[in-house]
Amino acid sequence: MDFKADHFALFSMNRAFRLDLSDLDSRYRDIQAQVHPDRFVNAGEAARRLSMQQATHANEAYLTLKKPLKRATYLLQLSGHDIQAESNTAMPAEFLIEQMEWREAVMEARQGGDHHELEHLHNRLRADINSRYEELGELLDASGDFVSATDRVRRLLFLEKLLHEIDDALASLEE
Amino acid sequence: MSYSVKVIDHYENPRNVGTFGKDDDGVGTGMVGAPACGDVMKLQIKVNKAGVIEDAKFKTYGCGSAIASSSLVTEWVKGKTVDQALSIKNTEIAEELALPPVKIHCSILAEDAIKAAVADYKKKHGE
Repeated sequence: MDFKADHFALFSMNRAFRLDLSDLDSRYRDIQAQVHPDRFVNAGEAARRLSMQQATHANEAYLTLKKPLKRATYLLQLSGHDIQAESNTAMPAEFLIEQMEWREAVMEARQGGDHHELEHLHNRLRADINSRYEELGELLDASGDFVSATDRVRRLLFLEKLLHEIDDALASLEE
Repeated sequence: MSYSVKVIDHYENPRNVGTFGKDDDGVGTGMVGAPACGDVMKLQIKVNKAGVIEDAKFKTYGCGSAIASSSLVTEWVKGKTVDQALSIKNTEIAEELALPPVKIHCSILAEDAIKAAVADYKKKHGE
């Protein structure tokens, strides 16, 4: 185990967006089994501290690789591409207009208590998001087009937030 | 996280919510978005013949801080020339609303929305 290496190397996995998540799970469990603080209860203070640090590090690495958007952002970061999630607010106008329309539709459905419409919006968006992840996989793993991938990740951040809002609205109607 | 009194005030009583006709000659429209939080903001300015902003409107989908930031700047830009409006800094917005560090990007969004609206107005007028 090399805790100085990147997250993919830590789990001895290839640096790629398309990742076998069950494989990641089992590799994570293997590492946790080796470094877990429970195993070092009777060890010296330095060993206990090291185990705590390594367990935390492995956990962070696991969570970064598990979620597709975090994984994509991390891959871009490794290749020197910053997605500028907080600092760059310029997005294509048609994309922002579309986002406004989506949010208006969600708000109307929520206010009107229209469960059916919200489910329809959820399904449409889910399908859209899934196909965008397919495309992102192509860009990151096949063509290595990191500039386009950065743009797609920035868009997906909006879409994931929107999906979350739709699910939130659905949950509030079910209460 | 708790919001400041000013944020709550703008959030509960947002000023200048609405839309101007996009194609109106004196109107500049700015649209921006913050990927970090998925917030989307539209800010419009209505400029008179003397180059002074007479009115402003906004529409924001986002958290309380984003709504408060856009509401606040629609008030601030009124009576300013378009170039004066460009001098509004996100740090002033954040300070006025007492935004916590994690919400600074909401004030950046509002500053960038003004810049985008002014740029749109100038483009229409061949500047």
